[in-house]
Amino acid sequence: MNIVVLVKQVPDSGSERKLDSSDNTVARASADNVINEMDEYAIEEALTVKESQGGEVTVLTVGPGSATDAIRKALSMGADKAVHVTDDAVHGSCAVQTSAVIAAALQQLEYDLVLCGAESTDGQVSVMPALLSERLGIPHLSGARKLTVEGTTVRVERQTDGGYWMLESSLPAIVSTWDTINEPRYPSFKGIMAAKKKPVETKSLADLGVDPASVGLATATSRVLDFAGRPPKGEGVKVADEGDGAEKLVGYLAAQKLV
Amino acid sequence: MDADVFDQVRAAVRQLVREVVLPREEEIDRHDRVPEELRGAAADMGLFGYALPEEFGGLGVTMVEDVQLAFEFGYTTPAFRSLFGTNNGIAGQVIAKFGSDEQKKTYLPRLAAGELIGSFALTEAEAGSDPAGLRTSARRDGDGWVIAGGKRYITNAPIADLFVVFARSDPAAAGGRGISSFVVDASLPGVSVGPHDRKMGQSGAWTAEVFFDDVRVDGDALVGEEGRGYAKALTVLSRGRLHVAALCVGMAQRVLDESVAYAATAKQGGAPIGRFQLVQAMLADMHAELIAGRSMVLDVARRYDSGEDTSVGPSAAKLWCSEMVGRATDRAVQVHGGLGYLRTTPVERFYRDARLYRLYEGTSEVQKVIIGGSLLREAGMPR
Repeated sequence: MNIVVLVKQVPDSGSERKLDSSDNTVARASADNVINEMDEYAIEEALTVKESQGGEVTVLTVGPGSATDAIRKALSMGADKAVHVTDDAVHGSCAVQTSAVIAAALQQLEYDLVLCGAESTDGQVSVMPALLSERLGIPHLSGARKLTVEGTTVRVERQTDGGYWMLESSLPAIVSTWDTINEPRYPSFKGIMAAKKKPVETKSLADLGVDPASVGLATATSRVLDFAGRPPKGEGVKVADEGDGAEKLVGYLAAQKLV
Repeated sequence: MDADVFDQVRAAVRQLVREVVLPREEEIDRHDRVPEELRGAAADMGLFGYALPEEFGGLGVTMVEDVQLAFEFGYTTPAFRSLFGTNNGIAGQVIAKFGSDEQKKTYLPRLAAGELIGSFALTEAEAGSDPAGLRTSARRDGDGWVIAGGKRYITNAPIADLFVVFARSDPAAAGGRGISSFVVDASLPGVSVGPHDRKMGQSGAWTAEVFFDDVRVDGDALVGEEGRGYAKALTVLSRGRLHVAALCVGMAQRVLDESVAYAATAKQGGAPIGRFQLVQAMLADMHAELIAGRSMVLDVARRYDSGEDTSVGPSAAKLWCSEMVGRATDRAVQVHGGLGYLRTTPVERFYRDARLYRLYEGTSEVQKVIIGGSLLREAGMPR
């Protein structure tokens, strides 16, 4: 079983995040960058499948040189090897362009199952698995809260607001996972030491046969035109309980259409 | 270890401490117990052996690396660190530094994996930092030894699988001489452990009395040279003092973070209390002393690793940082006002936890005697 996990390095959602005012792209250089949290669940799921079925887990990322930190994290959790696509021409690419790069990289790999987080915390466009499914011509099972593999069949419980769907597909397939699917392991010291020796292959657009002019901000299908900071939080409402506290609270929630 | 690899180790420890342990601090304090799953998580990560040699399953960290991990451990309840502290520290280090190849092979991999808990049994009713009153005896019995005596305040004793025991093997020798160290299996006949002590703070970190009632051990239980045990104890205690100094820095950082967050949001007279300059002054004092402590610990650790100073520096760092965290936790309670006196407030718990740092691994007064005595000996003052 060859499993490829797509990971992305993103600015830490717990720290202040900025856009670069020169071209309105995500300011990655000045950010505290971490592996996209949702991707850790995909890695964990890949490792769980590998532990029960055997095989190999490959991590694939597209990003600047510093994205090696995200790769290391995945390798220290237990992934076997990594492919890092890095090329200055990719800067500012939209999701459609990025999907062409990832698809080209995937076509150079052997895979039965492609796993990725359901969204990244920077763009939150959440279309990558669907775009890749289209480009690669493989089934897309989205929003998994549970995944099982049996032979060449993958079964998934797709989480929705109202319940879940049971999906089944033949392999190869691409599955996106939610954070309800598992509890990602912490890297062990042994894992961290071992990660250093695991192979990381770096590829450029030329290695993938992708025309640099077809990606990047200049030809992106979408771009950020303008942005503004979030308005400061307003003062809260203080409810004094004079025997009618509960009524006042419910009244407030009803006025906000929350109940 | 390469710097980038160590960064990942530290990041993993930080994540575990802040995401897994920190939310359960109050529960640990209330129930006086570290949950089993936290012990499992620590073992899975490799925390039971980070300071033990790499060839026996540890990470073999330097003291510069050790203290940086201790900054992270110090950020949460001391009970968590205490669980694996004796394996990496005082008990494990005696075997790692002075044990035979056979002893190392037998014990270190299992200590590093967290399968065994090692405990360091030195302190007695009348002997701690001063070994003169050490009464526990070891007398030869054929090929082996018979150990008799009692120890107290022994960290991890109630959960220990083995004890590194210090006993007087030469009754005629005085002071630190004639003391030998032994590895004693906790399941041997004659070994008994008292109920765990009820303490002011550091709940969940268990200490107890340990009794050796004519416990017979084989000859290969002796660690290192006969009669040289106390020198070994001093060596590992010195390393432990520097580690404790770093724990104090971690705790000072935590109570400062708690205090800043509280002062920025808690209101009096319609404004955050952080607007009051006397509150700002307390935060500033905490911050300045914290930076001083952290710099001191890192500098002493560098000198420890180079071999320049493995004794006075650790004592000085332990003395200053343990006193510093005492002031920091006191100010943290003060910043929190009445809330700081409530059991549910973290700084109240740290205030109690911090008090031990000025007592164990040598009191502040003992550190002063070590430092002062050493300075004067270097100046040529006769003993």
